[in-house]
Amino acid sequence: MKIIRILAAGVSALAMTIGTAQADISDGAVKIGVMTDMAAVYADLAGQGAVIAAQMAVEDFGGSVAGAPIELVTADHQNKADIAANLAREWFENDKVDALAELVTTSVALAVFEVAKQQNKIALVSGAASSPLTNDKCIPTGIHYTYNTRALAVGTGSAVVKEGGDSWYFLTADYAFGEALQRDVANVVKAEGGAVLGTSKHPFPSSDFSSFVLQAQASGAKVVGLANAGADTTNAIKAANEFGLVAGGQTIAALLTFITDVHALGLETAQGIQLTTGFYWDLNDETRAWSKRFNERAGAMPTMVQAGVYSSVTHYLKAIEATGSDDTDTILAWMRENPVDDFFAKNGVIRSDGRMVHDMYLARVKSPSESKGAWDYYEIIRTIPGEEAYGPLSESTCPTK
Amino acid sequence: MLAELLGFPPQVLFGQLLLGLINGAFYAVLSLGLAVIFGLLNIVNFAHGALYMLGAFASYFLLVVLGIGYWGALILAPVMVGSAGILIERFLLRRLSGIDHLYGLLLTFGLAIVIEGLFVKLYGASGIPYPTPEALKGGVNLGFMFLPWYRGWVVVAALAVCLFTWWLFERTRIGAYLRAGTENPRLLQAFGVNVPLLTTLAYGYGVALAGFAGVLAAPITQVNPLMGSNLIIVVFAVVVIGGMGSIMGAVVTGIAMGVIEGLTKVFWPEASATVIFAVMAVVLILRPAGLFGRTA
Repeated sequence: MKIIRILAAGVSALAMTIGTAQADISDGAVKIGVMTDMAAVYADLAGQGAVIAAQMAVEDFGGSVAGAPIELVTADHQNKADIAANLAREWFENDKVDALAELVTTSVALAVFEVAKQQNKIALVSGAASSPLTNDKCIPTGIHYTYNTRALAVGTGSAVVKEGGDSWYFLTADYAFGEALQRDVANVVKAEGGAVLGTSKHPFPSSDFSSFVLQAQASGAKVVGLANAGADTTNAIKAANEFGLVAGGQTIAALLTFITDVHALGLETAQGIQLTTGFYWDLNDETRAWSKRFNERAGAMPTMVQAGVYSSVTHYLKAIEATGSDDTDTILAWMRENPVDDFFAKNGVIRSDGRMVHDMYLARVKSPSESKGAWDYYEIIRTIPGEEAYGPLSESTCPTK
Repeated sequence: MLAELLGFPPQVLFGQLLLGLINGAFYAVLSLGLAVIFGLLNIVNFAHGALYMLGAFASYFLLVVLGIGYWGALILAPVMVGSAGILIERFLLRRLSGIDHLYGLLLTFGLAIVIEGLFVKLYGASGIPYPTPEALKGGVNLGFMFLPWYRGWVVVAALAVCLFTWWLFERTRIGAYLRAGTENPRLLQAFGVNVPLLTTLAYGYGVALAGFAGVLAAPITQVNPLMGSNLIIVVFAVVVIGGMGSIMGAVVTGIAMGVIEGLTKVFWPEASATVIFAVMAVVLILRPAGLFGRTA
């Protein structure tokens, strides 16, 4: 009887210490929701790989933070804004989710932003590309982590113009992302003295690009800019090759190309493509080590989106660990004050408009003879300093910056 | 003349008409398969897109596993897909014969989701490249556009298969049995014809057509688990416009819709994904049985 009493006292004392440690973690757990495209056009560049990246981040953190367990929930938003918004609301209100991660597809990210703003919850965007997410569509709790359309324009767009590609025709995915990418690239082209001759807006997603390729050929533009992503980009490149666009003297600028797209096309077709990326697995020992671990679990090398999910989730968890709190404003303040320093980014800074500013890379896809092994696809031509890629904060049109 | 009126150089218009014809050839083969299946089995085969995808994957497997190239795949892949279709009919669809169409629709729709989901899980959503056969690489400059030999071949092959199917169903004894089977299966059975076997073969043939289209598509698009789901709804609209179960209607409408879609891509590209459904709506209002359908 006495023993039981002692035990009981011990247990209650223990419970009290846990209680203090968790005092500032609401609901006794940190819950992160990974919302992504699990089965459609963007499933390879984000999808299951993004979930694995988030799982790795949680495991590498030891499964708990500030004394509270970390839980991961995942869902397929099917690239549909309405599904994503409903799910976000349900997660925040009923399932006590503290933060959202990944969020590929601009229309999805914009819809989720509205909900996150109302609920004052953090949204860590990795997959969606559009620069408005940290400009006129920004929210105080949104973080745009991996890349954006402006960085792609500064990287690929200006490199192509400098090589003499001064007249452009765009093939643009007909939704918010395509428009943002086209606008940002057109601005760079015009600023560098080039001209935009025309645009074909194609339905999203499209499988047949032959008609749009023909229109691009008829335009006589030197450069055909692909303002689309994923399977749309690979289909457009295939059609352009088939209809002799490159053989006819025009250049393709695939403005958003992921390593999974190059993998799907094969180097024979993809060689020579210039692209801007926020991450490449073969940059240094750190990136190689992490990517190797990822590859063992995912069966493919990580895209920048997937690596960005790991890094953003880790930075978020570090903020909770350091502050001992999961209060949104406290965490946001910590995340902005402390630089991101890991395999993904060196000295990355999260600004008050939500933009994570870090170095980007201009790369060229290798030819089959240059490639030395599996996934050896990119030659890094130049490192684009973060400030140049994303522009100064003073240029941001975010009202709450 | 027309082109100038519309404000486009004739070159652009000719090019788009030709492309429309090429895409129309795909619609024709796919909607033909659907029409055959609906005509004889009264099943709305929503698995058609997934089976088309299986045709492309079959040619990919033939190449990678057995080293059999495009020309072999053109014969073998439809046979493989057709066999899969026969199994589906024999073990699943037959159980639904005689009850509401809706059940067949639900079953085939579910099958499509399962098959596509499985292939996305196994092979990803980006697709796998399939090489264009050596003999059909390159192309010819027609003056108004560059025509890849392969695309030209697609039209020839598709039209030949459509013509063969029409001949098979309208001009042979087997075709006569099949048509009789749709009118009055009991009477036909009474004459000593094995009707269940006939329907199984008809489903197999309709599905093999989807597989054939899949092989034709493989070198053009990636071999992609989602290639069918992007196409199937449009193809259904084509069948509705042509008239469910009409073989000639499916072929003619398929080509016509390809051309209309192609022209829309020039004048109003954003609407190109919807124009066929707009046509469908108009046809359903004016001729509910479809352009070539017989009203009951």
